[in-house]
Amino acid sequence: MEMPKPNDDLLARKPQIIARLREVLPADAVIDDPNETRAYECDALSAYRCQPLGVVLPRSTAEVAAALKACHEMGVPVVPRGAGTSLAGGSMPQADSVVLGLARMNSVLETDYANRFIRVEAGRTNLSVTGAVESDGWFYAPDPSSQLACAISGNIAMNSGGAHCLKYGVTTNNLLGVTLVTMEGEVVEIGGPYLDAGGLDLLGLICGSEGQLGVVTEATLKILPKPEGARPVLIGFNSNEVAGACVADIIKAGILPVAIEFMDRPCIVATEAFCHAGYPDCEALLIVECEGSAAEIDEQIGMIRQIAGRHDPVEFREAQSADEAARIWLGRKSAFGAMGQINDYMCLDGTIPVSELPFVLRRIGELSKEYGLDVANVFHAGDGNMHPLILYNANKPGDQELCEKLGAEILKLCVEAGGCLTGEHGVGIEKRDLMDVQFAPADLEAQMRVKDVFDPKWLLNPAKVFPLGASASRRVS
Amino acid sequence: MRVESEAQLAEAVRDAGGALAVRGGGTRPVGRCLGEPLEVGITGITLYEPGALTLVVGAGTPLAEVEAAIAAEGQRLPFEPANWGPVLGAPGVSTVGGVVAANVSGPRRVQAGACRDSLIGVRFVDGRGQVVKNGGRVMKNVTGYDLVKLMAGSWGTLGVMSEVAFKLLPAAPAQATVVIDLPAGAAPVALAAALGSPFDVSGAGWVPDVGAVVRVEGLAESVAYRAGELRKLLEKFGPVRIEEEGSAAIWASLRDLEPFVGKPGDLWRFSVKPSEASEIVARLGGEVLLDWGGGLIWALLPEGAEARALAAPYSGHATCMRGAAGVTFEPEPAPIATLTTALRAQFDPRGILNPGRMG
Repeated sequence: MEMPKPNDDLLARKPQIIARLREVLPADAVIDDPNETRAYECDALSAYRCQPLGVVLPRSTAEVAAALKACHEMGVPVVPRGAGTSLAGGSMPQADSVVLGLARMNSVLETDYANRFIRVEAGRTNLSVTGAVESDGWFYAPDPSSQLACAISGNIAMNSGGAHCLKYGVTTNNLLGVTLVTMEGEVVEIGGPYLDAGGLDLLGLICGSEGQLGVVTEATLKILPKPEGARPVLIGFNSNEVAGACVADIIKAGILPVAIEFMDRPCIVATEAFCHAGYPDCEALLIVECEGSAAEIDEQIGMIRQIAGRHDPVEFREAQSADEAARIWLGRKSAFGAMGQINDYMCLDGTIPVSELPFVLRRIGELSKEYGLDVANVFHAGDGNMHPLILYNANKPGDQELCEKLGAEILKLCVEAGGCLTGEHGVGIEKRDLMDVQFAPADLEAQMRVKDVFDPKWLLNPAKVFPLGASASRRVS
Repeated sequence: MRVESEAQLAEAVRDAGGALAVRGGGTRPVGRCLGEPLEVGITGITLYEPGALTLVVGAGTPLAEVEAAIAAEGQRLPFEPANWGPVLGAPGVSTVGGVVAANVSGPRRVQAGACRDSLIGVRFVDGRGQVVKNGGRVMKNVTGYDLVKLMAGSWGTLGVMSEVAFKLLPAAPAQATVVIDLPAGAAPVALAAALGSPFDVSGAGWVPDVGAVVRVEGLAESVAYRAGELRKLLEKFGPVRIEEEGSAAIWASLRDLEPFVGKPGDLWRFSVKPSEASEIVARLGGEVLLDWGGGLIWALLPEGAEARALAAPYSGHATCMRGAAGVTFEPEPAPIATLTTALRAQFDPRGILNPGRMG
């Protein structure tokens, strides 16, 4: 993955840059010892690493503004970072940049059940947002797999999804307002505890802009009352195609489960070895979760059982207890860990129209054989958001490059099938140079003009999202 | 001028010598409409996949045509778009492009989100005459910036949409409305209790001569169960009854503001924090309809009433939907105004697309 050549002048001015940051921030909020900044050299796309000039860890919106203003004046690029869990390299530093980490800003500022929102500092982790309201019977809906660790600021930057977004939507559908600090250090309040924007939908624009338009320091999030109950079923099938067809039939029948998750054989085998969830020995399985009262769940599961029956399932397992429900989810939730134990892997994130599932799965199988690398599939089937995991050996010369090539082929396949490069992880550096597969130059130009408005000098997370060639002239100025 | 293809639209914008008043069916004449009329007549369903819950459609397609096509497959637009034509005194045929441009979202917005939340893709022509696409036809897509959201509710000021794509939902086979006999000012507290329950409420409003109304939708048995539970929960606020047969009509009436159709006065729309609604309603006087648990207040006020001053203080924003009362859209704080002005200059450097419409 190519990164722009660092600015030698900035590298040479490191002492002055750090000194200036120490003037505007408390002493313990600036780190420049390479032994300490090493913790920030990569995110969850750990194949790529780079030490930044320094790291700032502000404790307030005012400190974020001060840091950004100083960097803006010095012409120093800034890479915002939530918890560093991006799988796309969204918070990977560049050598001439300062990383701005939000981990210290994690307080709950306001909880309001009458108006159904919570306001938090954006460094707070996703799961601890729900944690703050759970005992009163509420939850925050978007639930990315990394929810224990990932921060709301990163969720907003990438417009993160999760297993349950088939019913509840992704981050942008659950975000009511933000406090945004621009690269120039100006604090802007956008949206709030009311349901729609007044003028242009700047909130919708900022969500998913990968930290390139501003740094979100506070967020007003929609919270929902917890459903009375939830129950998963597990359905095993003889082929990927049949499982895919069953997904389309469930949706067409007018049932909207909160989640429909898909795992193929390589993934089932790996998770069984890892956590012994007791999954059936089959080619593909679905986990379908329904919500409501016990009677409502019975009604929905009855319909799903009928539909699945037409697809000759190997097994239809309905959780009869909380323990059985947990076991059904155990394998799915351990899938990434399981794959990580047997191999290095690269996790893709393309989305396709649900109707194309059988074709795309078959084609991925063919590509996997061509490249000689195994691919396991585990994904959110209800909305077509795929997560093919390409297995490779990082210690084998050439294997990573081969894996990236195969990854690019699979993502191109997603676009050709009518889908997109990324459904919930974001573009970052990982898919940056594939953007022109999905977008014409005019489409990218329109997006880059938005960045021109918010960050005219292109200092915020500049080498991400857009192909380096496309953004080159802007980044230089 | 009427254009019937994207190429014609791009040419019309490129060749425009001055301001263009962009319109779909002309049923939402909100704000100033200056310039040569440009009617988007790009019609037809491009792609409809019921099994994927997705629809792609020409922006000039009549809303009614789209709703009929997807109803035939037992599906619907989740955000329950309103027809404001009658209440705004603007006869015409509402188009999907117009719905998106105004981000028109009905009562189900509290559960299923706004128009912008169901919009998954757009193609539009910017002020330079350049065709731009964003989003696509899949439900989950974070590839690049989300210009889809930006186009929703931009009232044709950033670009003229040629095609839009939606995610759909299965239509509910059954619905019921729990009606509580309450005055408008007392409704928001009861509605908040309903929306804070686990019973998946899909509408919460207040309608004159009916009362506070709470809707549940879904499979028949489930609807009956949840309506019953809500009745128990809401009895403490006032006399409660459950409406089944008449349920759909109540929500159509609230959605399209039927109680205000044909009545004189200025029509205002307030989007606020729901708990502020009671006090705002008291300060405004006049006739009101409440939606979104009180977060949306529709007020019919005497002509020329200084609605914003009357209602203040409030969070959120007010829009003058009908009437000549000064500024149509809520004036923006300076930092926001700076950003929106700069965005308009990027998308429409000549300032020809619906100039001043949102000003």
